[in-house]
Amino acid sequence: MMSDIIIKVEHISKSYILKHQNTESYTALRDVITNKAKGLFKPSSKVSNIKSEEFWALNDVSFDVNRGDRLGIIGRNGAGKSTLLKVLSRIVTPTKGRITIDGRVASLLEVGTGFHPELSGRENIFLNGSILGMSRDEIKSKFDEIVAFSEVEKFLDTPVKRYSSGMYVRLAFAVAAHLDPEILIVDEVLAVGDAEFQKKCLGKMKDVSSQGRTVLFVSHNMSAVRNLCDKAILLNKGCVHKQGAVDVVMDEYLNSKEAGRLSGKYVTGNTNENDVKLMKAEMFDSMNNIQDQFEINENITIKFTINCARKVPNLYAYVAVKNNQEDLLIESDSMDFLPNIFDSMKEGLNEYSIQINANLLAVGDYILYLSLASSYSDNFLVETPGDILRFTVVDSITERGHNRRAFTSHLLKWEMI
Amino acid sequence: MSKHRIIIEPGTENSNYWKDLWNYRGLFYFLAWRDILVRYKQTAIGVVWSVIRPLLTIMVMAFFGWLFKSKIPEGVPRLVFVAAATLPWQFFASSFSETSNSLISNSNLLTKVYFPRLIVPASTVIVCLIDFFVSFVILVVLMIVFRFMPDIKILALPLFLLLALVTAMGTGLYIAALNVKYRDFRYLIPFIVQFGLYVSPIAFSSNEIYSNERIPQIVKYIYSCNPMVGVIDGFRWCILGGNTPLYSTGFFVSIAISFLFLFLGIWYFRKMEKSFADVI
Repeated sequence: MMSDIIIKVEHISKSYILKHQNTESYTALRDVITNKAKGLFKPSSKVSNIKSEEFWALNDVSFDVNRGDRLGIIGRNGAGKSTLLKVLSRIVTPTKGRITIDGRVASLLEVGTGFHPELSGRENIFLNGSILGMSRDEIKSKFDEIVAFSEVEKFLDTPVKRYSSGMYVRLAFAVAAHLDPEILIVDEVLAVGDAEFQKKCLGKMKDVSSQGRTVLFVSHNMSAVRNLCDKAILLNKGCVHKQGAVDVVMDEYLNSKEAGRLSGKYVTGNTNENDVKLMKAEMFDSMNNIQDQFEINENITIKFTINCARKVPNLYAYVAVKNNQEDLLIESDSMDFLPNIFDSMKEGLNEYSIQINANLLAVGDYILYLSLASSYSDNFLVETPGDILRFTVVDSITERGHNRRAFTSHLLKWEMI
Repeated sequence: MSKHRIIIEPGTENSNYWKDLWNYRGLFYFLAWRDILVRYKQTAIGVVWSVIRPLLTIMVMAFFGWLFKSKIPEGVPRLVFVAAATLPWQFFASSFSETSNSLISNSNLLTKVYFPRLIVPASTVIVCLIDFFVSFVILVVLMIVFRFMPDIKILALPLFLLLALVTAMGTGLYIAALNVKYRDFRYLIPFIVQFGLYVSPIAFSSNEIYSNERIPQIVKYIYSCNPMVGVIDGFRWCILGGNTPLYSTGFFVSIAISFLFLFLGIWYFRKMEKSFADVI
């Protein structure tokens, strides 16, 4: 019973027609008529001069999901993860292939789908709940739990347009977290809200999945996937690149150059509504060159450029350095020792730097995690960039070199007395 | 275990479509409820709007009817005569234009959740229906003021209301599905609604068209193809009582056209439904 197949995906493909020169997704009737008319006069020639191109968002994807599996779907942006979830949730139909699902599906592709700004928190709980597939009685019986989880009791009768973005997200997630389907499909929804609440959400998701529910989970947050899932699928350009146990697939992803997202440099172009946002992070070697590979005896300097649109009280930064197995090697807060340098952050661009001392990290691959947080984050949107940098420590200077098995690269001082 | 079996395949008809529609009735109810709640949020006079608009239309149309001496059945006050046509017309006009735009205005839902898409336009009609019931007060008040007593035929009114609903739904569904792909309809809809007000028997009676010898037969046929002619004639027949004859041929043509639109609307909507999320 525990290993029966609940979702069977067979050779699913989905193509979109890309129309160049046509920026709008909808067509004007005018164009259709003129093109048809042109066709009347020159029936043999090509009717349309708009270049169109077929794009396969998914290409022959097959996999099975067993009852109770917690499947992570990973891959770069544009690998087809979201399309796959949309096909599985029946929002779009596949071009080819067949999917058989044996169970009630709830999909959560966005937090707060259908929230209406004019309606109160209470009304939106009912509306959003029913959109996500809950019955009225179900919502009623879970109402108190949802409210408690969202921590917005006081504002239940306030229109949500007056909510802070944090409150909005909390309420929306609270509804979604109380869905009770056999199969739960979740897209990158945990990337919102403050770190504290994200943790709470992740905990809730874990509860859900430990009750034998089947979960399909897309995220860029690798530690969340590793935490939550037992199996994973790696998508690459619309194809299944690898599937299997989460650790195996994850290592493949992190090691492949396709992981490209993470390197010794992190730059983001989009400025969204965040009050505080990381714009750029770069790693420098001792010669002040941008690098992502360091000798064990080099000091590693990391410079952050942080944009501050609105001052956030009690803001602090947290940095962690993890190895490929997600073992934490360094954890440090900007307020380890007061004063916290983030207290004097000015509006506009701010630069900070940290240094990882030489002869500390052993040979291997590392990921640098950054989060910005505040205990007052309720009314502020603070970005949690998460895993931002990936770098390698090598040893080409010592005799033992890569054969050193120790957890650190600390070298002893040898002296003859 | 297989009671919830879902098979996703390109091109195949979903055999459980109507059952699905029934299963999602909760969502239908909540969407209608949302639209009703939101409708007059942040307006000073709120629901009074659904009385004022038809009331002003009734007065203007009655004035023009009087000015151009359109004939009305004997013993029927002109305001009641016009109101009996304006109310179903307003219901049609608002449900037609709002169902036509309903998919676009709910595009965030369409791209993020699955449900039978038919729910969106259907729940929109409910809101207009509520507005209709509110505005019906005008007719009741007018009848009291003019001491006009309807006869037993008023009991048939729900049937004609249903016909109005069928007409609005059918045309609305068709345009809604087209609107997803061709936004031209956004501009066409207000025009249809405005135009319809003049070519439907609101200021005048169908009797005047059918019995006027100067109007060529072909125009009379075209006139009766307007599905709202059947609806409005039916309303007047129910409300105004004995003095209002029903022109059977034109009337049945109208009804047939209404149902043809409903059939076409549902057929086209279901055909296009699967691609809504891709093109919207």
